[in-house]
Amino acid sequence: MEIAANGSRAASINLPSGSGQRRAAGRCGGWKLLGGTIGIFVSTPGSSSSPQVRQQGANMPFGNTHNQVKLKFTSDQEYPDLSKHNNHMAKVLTPAMYERLRSKQTPSGFTLDDVIQTGVDNPGHPFIMTVGCVAGDEETYEVFKELLDPVIQDRHGGYKPSDKHKTDLNAANLKGGDDLDPNYVLSSRVRTGRSVRGFCLPPHCSRGERRAVEKLSIEALASLSGDLKGKYYALKNMTDAEQQQLIDDHFLFDKPVSPLLLASGMARDWPDARGIWHNDNKTFLVWVNEEDHLRVISMQKGGNMKEVFNRFCTGLTKIETLFKDRGHAFMWNEHLGYVLTCPSNLGTGLRAGVHVKLPNMSKHAKFEEVLKRLRLQKRGTGGVDTAAVGGVFDISNADRLGFSEVELVQMVVDGVRLLVDMEKKLEKGQSIDDLMPAQK
Amino acid sequence: MPFGNTHNNFKLNYKVEEEFPDLSKHNNHMAKALTKEIYGKLRDKQTPSGYTLDDVIQTGVDNPGHPFIMTVGCVAGDEESYEVFKDLLDPVISDRHGGYKATDKHKTDLNFENLKGGDDLDPNYVLSSRVRTGRSIKGFTLPPHNSRGERRIIEKLSIEALTSLDGEFKGKYYPLKAMTDAEQEQLIADHFLFDKPVSPLLTCAGMARDWPDARGIWHNDNKTFLVWVNEEDHLRVISMQKGGDMREVFRRFCTGLQRIEEIFKKHNHGFMWNEHLGYILTCPSNLGTGLRGGVHVKLPKLSTHAKFEEILTRLRLQKRGTGGVDTASVGGVFDISNADRLGSSEVYQVQLVVDGVKLMVEMEKKLEKGEAIDSMIPAQK
Repeated sequence: MEIAANGSRAASINLPSGSGQRRAAGRCGGWKLLGGTIGIFVSTPGSSSSPQVRQQGANMPFGNTHNQVKLKFTSDQEYPDLSKHNNHMAKVLTPAMYERLRSKQTPSGFTLDDVIQTGVDNPGHPFIMTVGCVAGDEETYEVFKELLDPVIQDRHGGYKPSDKHKTDLNAANLKGGDDLDPNYVLSSRVRTGRSVRGFCLPPHCSRGERRAVEKLSIEALASLSGDLKGKYYALKNMTDAEQQQLIDDHFLFDKPVSPLLLASGMARDWPDARGIWHNDNKTFLVWVNEEDHLRVISMQKGGNMKEVFNRFCTGLTKIETLFKDRGHAFMWNEHLGYVLTCPSNLGTGLRAGVHVKLPNMSKHAKFEEVLKRLRLQKRGTGGVDTAAVGGVFDISNADRLGFSEVELVQMVVDGVRLLVDMEKKLEKGQSIDDLMPAQK
Repeated sequence: MPFGNTHNNFKLNYKVEEEFPDLSKHNNHMAKALTKEIYGKLRDKQTPSGYTLDDVIQTGVDNPGHPFIMTVGCVAGDEESYEVFKDLLDPVISDRHGGYKATDKHKTDLNFENLKGGDDLDPNYVLSSRVRTGRSIKGFTLPPHNSRGERRIIEKLSIEALTSLDGEFKGKYYPLKAMTDAEQEQLIADHFLFDKPVSPLLTCAGMARDWPDARGIWHNDNKTFLVWVNEEDHLRVISMQKGGDMREVFRRFCTGLQRIEEIFKKHNHGFMWNEHLGYILTCPSNLGTGLRGGVHVKLPKLSTHAKFEEILTRLRLQKRGTGGVDTASVGGVFDISNADRLGSSEVYQVQLVVDGVKLMVEMEKKLEKGEAIDSMIPAQK
């Protein structure tokens, strides 16, 4: 089934585009690449999540046969050629590490080669550091911590294996954010991902698991009411009219084309059990079984980030309760926060951003420096790897792990306010030197 | 993407109905053959290397099909796939290969002397001649499933075998990952270079993993004999030259193939073959001979004749554009080759091409003179 691409998404082959024009639901950021979720596998609901390889019990007739076959070859014979590679996995993996980890598997059977396949198949981007590895379930981060801890550390600003991540989805803790100047801030948006405990992640899940995730999601979302009342559109039996409307609303997502995603196995069985839910007001949107079990997006035109974040937190919390009531919490732990497929999305998985007009500021010699100090990043309005059009930029938080949701959105709110003030100064021909912020 | 059977045990926690793929929009051989009953029967099975039913069918689930072309929709991960999953693959094979039965025997004949004629196709019409096939090396799993270690050993064995060839077969190996720009340019100019697969039919089956590791191209100095290593099959062997001397092309094909097979056998790694399926290859469509023998031939008039398709069908031939499958012909030049692979020998299939192309060139000449070709329409072969 051919689904028209989100109109605002750049047709980049190598990297999925970020959020699109006019605040489309759009794709999450390119460098983030792989949203995802991690699930504890179904068959041992009460067991400790032991990281060690387990003997398969009587109800599991197979070991991981192919991995056993590979063990007949020496580690050197199997070790990937990473000489032309530039991604986090390739920076971290060594032959000795490969040798230690290659005989291991998670309880659902995810192996080291499964973790790294996407990074082997995609040497990288000359300017953007891709992650190059994924998790197939929650235990992946334990069983393969020797590889993933350094990847996480490198990606998330030195985050240590002993660090604790703080979750704060209390929107009342956000200060201000309801008054970003709409003459400059055209739209506001917050997105994140969630994994449903009890299921494997998109690189690894079976059709049965994926359908169970869809079923749970439909039930949970159908029980939302008020501002959040909405409807689910399954990708595989969408009418032409529905499809057109979703495209016009910039809600429709497509089968992944990026080889970064395809190589990890996330697009298998497309479009089975994939769909889009949104509220009647078209301000709250959930993607089911795309790169993650769930992607949750709150958005609207204008600069009222507070309202966007309120709705985001309220909706997310309600959905989480509904899933918990059905025996399937979201995956979370105090070290990694929300557990997602791509290590780049750990923690909050949150990208909060605006489309904002900064034609003068963006040409200023210190623009990049300002962004860095504010812990923000810029993208074109077609998303990652696109150019800004008409001086309009997508500005969002750069961090994911080690800061809470409130902290990250606060950085966006405060930072964008400052950038707009700077823009106004530059318009009047004034200097902005005294406005330069300290490093956050 | 098949990652071995890592997840197969898990899936058994779900019912057949929950795991059975939705094939309602699908049009490929796998979708025609697979039922819930077959799925239920086969889903807890695996080959000795751990290949499972979902691995076999993944490409067919991910690619519903082509409106005009019937794709196969399933692949083998090793030699045993054709046994372990015969309940699915036998009907697919039968459907694909003209009713070939589970009890039928396939005849292999690589004795080029058994070919009659073929050295005199008119070079004013027949621009080039080519024969290709694939070979799988016993003891290794196939491209959808093999590990880097296996692929590298296949490459190593292939390099040893090929570099020991001499005479008209003396040549050189170019690994994809260490090619110089100059070598790459030359291989492109010679039309030898193969690329990382882009077709989702192939990528969904896992054949492109770890690209370009252990992939390469070998060709003889004369540029008439070419071997691709670790592309869609362990080996793809191609003999080709300009003009219409198909006999010579086939002679070189058979001779070279047999030399290579001897060397592999010496290392206790013969080619995969059995008397029912002939040469075992990844795609069920290539079983038997795996052979496509064809020419590029100018047929501007015949190709626009109302009976062109009928003639091809009767001759057991198929047409393609000169860019290969799914391309249009350019300047009235067509790629004409045998349609069959399984159930008839190499000699028989090349004979069909030789005889059929000769007939079509005569028809073309008649049409050029404004004469009718009705008396020449062949019977169904």
